[in-house]
Amino acid sequence: MRRWDNRAWLGVLPVVLIVAFSAVVPLMTVVNYSVQDIFDLNNRLFVGFEWYRDTLRDPRFLEALLRQLGFSALVLAIEIPLGILVARNLPRRGASAGVWLVVLAIPLLIPWNVVGTIWQMFARPDIGLLGAGVNALGLDFNFTADPVDAWIVLLMMDVWHWTSLVALLAYAGLAAIPEPYYQAAELDGAGRWQVFRHVELPGLKPVLLIAGLLRLMDSLMIYTEPFVLTGGGPGSSTTFLSQHLTTMAVGQFDLGPAAAFSVLYFLVILLLCWLFYTAVMRSEDVEGGPGGH
Amino acid sequence: MGTEAKRRQPRWLLYGYCLYLALPIYWLATMALQSNQDIVGDLEIVPSRLTLANFAEIVGNPVWYSAFGHSLSYVILNTLISVTVALPAAYAFSRYRFVGDKHLFFWLLTNRMAPPAVFLLPFFQLYSAIGLFDTPLAVALAHCLFTVPLAVWILEGFMSGVPRSLDEMARIDGHGLGYFFFRLFLPNIRGGIAVTVFFCFMFSWVELLLARTLTGSETKPIVVVMTRTVSASGLDWGVLAAAGLLTILPGVAVVWFVRRDLVKGFALGRV
Repeated sequence: MRRWDNRAWLGVLPVVLIVAFSAVVPLMTVVNYSVQDIFDLNNRLFVGFEWYRDTLRDPRFLEALLRQLGFSALVLAIEIPLGILVARNLPRRGASAGVWLVVLAIPLLIPWNVVGTIWQMFARPDIGLLGAGVNALGLDFNFTADPVDAWIVLLMMDVWHWTSLVALLAYAGLAAIPEPYYQAAELDGAGRWQVFRHVELPGLKPVLLIAGLLRLMDSLMIYTEPFVLTGGGPGSSTTFLSQHLTTMAVGQFDLGPAAAFSVLYFLVILLLCWLFYTAVMRSEDVEGGPGGH
Repeated sequence: MGTEAKRRQPRWLLYGYCLYLALPIYWLATMALQSNQDIVGDLEIVPSRLTLANFAEIVGNPVWYSAFGHSLSYVILNTLISVTVALPAAYAFSRYRFVGDKHLFFWLLTNRMAPPAVFLLPFFQLYSAIGLFDTPLAVALAHCLFTVPLAVWILEGFMSGVPRSLDEMARIDGHGLGYFFFRLFLPNIRGGIAVTVFFCFMFSWVELLLARTLTGSETKPIVVVMTRTVSASGLDWGVLAAAGLLTILPGVAVVWFVRRDLVKGFALGRV
């Protein structure tokens, strides 16, 4: 058992101070703006929940939200199973394990705008290997003009970029499953699917919860990669919430509406993460879990 | 080994996935080594005329290499701050119960869920007001928004994996908390610290939005200089590709140096 000792607060104090500085102060500013009409910094008017009502009725917000939800759902549906598959095939020990980890980690360590640039160069129909290659096969493919093509490239890019994170976490989870579990399953005559379903999946649950949560929250915040790759187009077919918000706040300087948008955006992410967490925790009993509290 | 071999699918999946990872980077490398005429000319899968001119352009231009320095300075600063403040906090969470501990832990995690786009304007105003705008420290502190909660989360997991009997034994042996923590406890979670450094470095190095907002002409980071190149000179694909290739290197260097600790860390299954 953990001992009860309030002096432990001294240990968490630096973290509380630094996060309060970099999160609470800005968040209070945003909430403050969201209920005011700001003409300039000395001239403002309290408007209550007007900006919230406007945002919730704004078709552009709702469309961006729908696109965002579709994107995150697709990303999770592809990356989690693929990441588990990759992790199952990684060697567990030896020098090659380290090399594989480095190779897998490379996409994670590339700046996000460079990821967008790489995929733009790779997918463009004029200079890109992918774009020109698909066109050479006789298929019409141009992600700068066709929304479906833009979505395909965007999903390919995100899978390329982030599946490694799921794979690395799943690899850690698989390594923690004791060998006797597998031997017991083999004695019971379990097939490959049954071993996965009854030995590996329960063991993977804590790390899959972390991987799923990280991918969920990060895909909901995506900005840089589509901004560089498609600029939100063609039309607004790949404009997600962050890009819409950035245009409002920095491009048009609509402080009040942008702040209300921000608060709603944050609440949507919190709500979805909470739903995801609850759904995974409910699905079966799990030992431990993140934080272990 | 028998059971382990049996539960493997054929390796083709792993090789196929690596091919998928490698192809776009290969294409970036070919562009970095070609002149712009050759890039927009006939498409060659293996380029016939190679040149280092794009890299020479970057090495010869202080805007480029000082931008690398600016990026590295705030990334390293952020990693140092994050790990330093997260270590005692993670230890407190893993070893003690105290007033509000669960709520505090959850509150920290919610900060990881805040989209940076939400904080653009407030950050700009806050750091301008206290005179930190356009310094590496501003970006480093702003990135703490997502690196500190993650660092606490990861380290807490590793620390909880160390048996509490280690703490008890040190107390019986008469070691103080400081000696115990630095000399006995930290070496036990080396792998965990490596994983934490990896993730802090990674999330700070790759971020563009906050880095762009909080820097002006003095400390423009490499990610911003790259986006400016696109708009300024139109389609200088060669230099853009060369710069992109160079931004991959620091990350690869970090992960290469900590790979053994990473394997240990990941092998503990405590991420």
